[in-house]
This record gives sequence, structure tokens and C-alpha cells, in this order.
Amino acid sequence: MQRWTIEEAAANPERSRLVSELLWQLADDDMIIGFRDQEWLGLAPHIEEDVAFGSIGQEEIGHAALYYGLLEQLGYGKADDLASLRTAAERRNSVLVEQPNGAGHYLESPHYDWAWTIVRHYLHDVWETALLGGLTDSVFEPLADAAGKILREKRYHLAHQELWMRTMAAHDPDSRGRLEDAWRRVQAWAGDLADLGPSGADFEAAGLCQSVESIVGRYHVRVSEMAGALGLPAMECETRQNGRCGEHTEALQQALDTLSEVYRLDPTANW
Amino acid sequence: MPEETLTDQEAYFLERVDRGDRIEADDWMPEDYRQQLVRLIAMHAVSEIMGALPEKEWVPRAPTLYRKLAITAKVQDEVGHGQLLIRVAEDLMRPWGKNREDVMDDLFTGRLKYHNVFHMATPTWADAGVIGWLVDGAAVITQGMSLSCSYAPYARALQRIVEEEGFHIQHGESICMALAEGTPMQRAMLQDALNRWWPALLMFFGPPEKSQLSTHQLRNIRYRIRSKTNEELRQRFFSKYVHRIWSLGLTIPDPTLQQDPFTKEWTYQQPDWDEFRRIVSNHGPRSEARLGLRSTTYQEGEWVRRTIALSPAVG
Repeated sequence: MQRWTIEEAAANPERSRLVSELLWQLADDDMIIGFRDQEWLGLAPHIEEDVAFGSIGQEEIGHAALYYGLLEQLGYGKADDLASLRTAAERRNSVLVEQPNGAGHYLESPHYDWAWTIVRHYLHDVWETALLGGLTDSVFEPLADAAGKILREKRYHLAHQELWMRTMAAHDPDSRGRLEDAWRRVQAWAGDLADLGPSGADFEAAGLCQSVESIVGRYHVRVSEMAGALGLPAMECETRQNGRCGEHTEALQQALDTLSEVYRLDPTANW
Repeated sequence: MPEETLTDQEAYFLERVDRGDRIEADDWMPEDYRQQLVRLIAMHAVSEIMGALPEKEWVPRAPTLYRKLAITAKVQDEVGHGQLLIRVAEDLMRPWGKNREDVMDDLFTGRLKYHNVFHMATPTWADAGVIGWLVDGAAVITQGMSLSCSYAPYARALQRIVEEEGFHIQHGESICMALAEGTPMQRAMLQDALNRWWPALLMFFGPPEKSQLSTHQLRNIRYRIRSKTNEELRQRFFSKYVHRIWSLGLTIPDPTLQQDPFTKEWTYQQPDWDEFRRIVSNHGPRSEARLGLRSTTYQEGEWVRRTIALSPAVG
């Protein structure tokens, strides 16, 4: 198979459109979940966990930076502008990752929810793992290379969240109750997570990813296996808004206002 | 400690310290030495833990992807230092039946103080730069002195901490340089931050001794836990940073600041030491808010700590 380099993808409008649509989903998911992770920094329930979660957040933003960097090379603008200046309607992240960590603001009276944070992150990690697994032989060479590298880190993220889920399930009725409650609540938001958006079939046809069915299937199998192992009910998710189509909740706008606050003071300045 | 009334064990301990031996956690040590170490190391640990919060305010708001990555790593390092140090303190407190929960309780009840600088407000992005560059710069000067500390586990932890702080200083300096070389708005933001931080930076080293060392200082010097006075450390800070600050085109908000060309001694306007005492007793501009933030989330996370402390085996 003839692989596409950056230049080859950039030179062909249809290729460029398809690659960018997939990259927006990857980049925006990681940027926003990384932002939610950053909000926890210094506040995690356990100091060792603060260190671990800090690393995970940093890696998520590192991955987002890589994807935005590819978009910059494809000619979509400066990576920092793409990360900070795009409107909510232009974002393609899942509505699940934009939901807050809990009540309150990170600067004032945060009442963050650890069980929710872990379950939400777990689903994101399972989805990203399934998706990247379907990109390692992508026709777009820089993405295939990135997928292999990022998958190595995702293994640890997933192991981290799975360990917490098992611990919460096994410890006592209180921790189990919190896990079950979080498991129930994520279903209201997770409908657009394992979704490649309106161009999914085109990604597949172009060889950008493996079959959408197999990628989505891997996600569902892994989540079902976890539910079975922990005695949790099967997950039945709703899709209220579809983030892959640019439909978002107010929570995304709040996140964007915060993450771009300094940059927007003067996007042309050197920060 | 009146050295003429020492027991043989105490005399042998001091002899070890005098010849530069390093003391390990399981070695016999006088209770007074243990207390001095716990006082110092627990204070250092909670200062790292509370010290993450002022900069953390800017972590989700850092302007570019590069800055977002760097400042997340930086603040995570600070939390990591807190973890490393709290474990060193826990080993020392074990004979008293105490652990990190007691350290955190002492922080929340005000029995344990944390550094004055972390009680200050951080209203702009430039504060994140000034903390990284000059607060961490001041911290390395203090901690560098303790690398030769007689207590080996603390010296080893500091070795790693000081190495990482070296990167933090570069990170902070890089933020400050970008602002100093930037637009008028960016330069004004940086100058404003320096104006606000200058007194707190001088306070960081503690009041000048005026040839009168406190009992704690004398003991710590005797035990080779520390080797320099507050004023010696502050003088070092001036020598290292004043010219660098000027070279960025910034004005230090002290018209009296100058160095004697012969003695190399800096003269400067004293900060308000009464204000310093109010700040470190948790009456600083952000003391209550940050302690409230940390203690609320700590209490709300109690169930999580319980889960891992006594968890059955999980597969």
C-alpha cells in the first residue's frame, strides 16, 4: 500500500479533509480530558495519586500537541491557535470528556468526584486504545507512527484506571456504591464517545483506519468484559449531543474560556 | 544541649556528626535531633504540597501547548517532592506512632507552618514565571545548603529535588524572558508581578539574625542540619539574581538596593517582618483560601485513601 506523507495528504484536498476530520477528534478529546486532569493537580485524594494523575494529564496534552502539530503541518494554522482559539462548535471531542470533574470551579470550592473522574477517564482510555489500535497501519504515515508510540503510553493509563475501578468495586459497600453511581451517570454522556462521526465510513474506505465496526466493537467488548468482571450492569449510553458533529454542552465553553484565557490576551504575542 | 552532661551515646552521636558521618533512619539519634529534623522536613514537605497550589492556578490556563506541558510537569514535580519528603518525615515520626495523616492534620490546624511565599496571591500568568524563576531560585539556595545535612535520607531526597529545581528555574526564567522581550502589556505584567513578589522573596530566607542566632538555628548548625544563616542565604540570592533581573530591563522595587564594591555585601530595604509573621501564621492574602481548598478536597478524598489503605487483594 502506498502511504501518504504530510505533503501528499496536504496536496490533495479530499485526503486533507479526511485526515483533518480524524485528527480533530483525536486532538480535541485529548486536549479536553488533559484539561480536566490538570484541574485535579494538587487536589487529588492521595499524594501518590496526584503524581500519577499529573503524569497522565501531561501525556494527554502531549498527545494533543502532537495531533495539532500534524494539523499545523497540513496547513490548518498554528497548533496553539488550533488548541486555544477554535470555537466550541468547531470542536470534535466527545461530550463525555468535556463534562466537569464534579461540582464547583477548580479555583474555588471544587467538590470533585473521584469515582466519576476514574470511570470517565477509563472509558476515554478504552476508546482511544481501540481507535489507535485501528490506526497503526493507517495510510497516513505520520498518524500510523504516532499511534504506535501513543499506544505504549495508553497501556499505563488504562492499567491505572482499571486498577482503581477494581479497587473501588472490591473494597466496601461505600466505594462500590460510588463506582456504581459513576458507572450509571457516565451513560448519560458517553453515547458519542465510540463514534467516528459522519465521515467514519470514508476514513475506512480511504484506508485511514481499519474497519469502523471492528474498532467500535473492540471498545464495546472491553467495556462489557470489565462490567462482567466487576458485576456492573451492561452499559447503555445515550447520545444527547454528538460532539463528533460539533454539538456540545455549556461545560465545553467554560473549559475553553479557561484554557485560552492567557493566550487570548494576545494570540500574536510570544508567550 | 550542654555538652558536658552528655551520655556516652549522645557523645558518640555528636562525634559521628562532627566527623561528617551521615545518620540513617534506623541509627540511634537524640530525641532533640529527631524533633529538629521532623520540624524542618515536615515543614518542607507541606510547603511543597501547598506550594503546588499558587502555580497550579495557572496550569489549566497556561498560554501555549508548550507552556501547558512544561508547567504541568513542573507542578507535578513539586507534588512529587512533597511525597518524597513526607516519606522521609514519616520514617522519623514512626517511633512516635505518627504518620502523614498527622502531618496533614497539623497543616490544617495551623500547628505546622508553610513557607510565606505560598500564601501570596497569583493574579496573572507572570506570577507563574516569577515563582518558577525566583521563588525556586531562592529555594535552591536554601536547599543547596542542606545537601550536606547530617541526616542521610534528607540529603538524598534533596539531591534529587535540587536537580529538578534547576529545571524549574530555567522554566520560570524562560516564561519571564518571553514576557520581558514581549509586548508592552507582557512587560507590564512581569514588572507588576516582580513588584508584588519582591518583599515576599526577601522574607523567604527569614529575618536577619543581627549576630543573634535563634535556639533552633544554633541546634541545627550544631547538628549539621544547616550551615548558613538566613542573612548569608539572602546575600547569596542578591548576588545571584539582582543583575539577572536588571538585565531583563526590570526595576527592582527598592531604590536603596546596592552592593558594597569592597565587601560585596548588599544593603537593602527590610521587608515588614511583622507582616511576615502574620503571613506565616496563616493570615496572608491567600492563606485561608488555599488551606480551605486543600483541606476540603483532602476531607472529601478520605474515602479514597481508606479504599487503598485496607483494600482486599484485587486481581
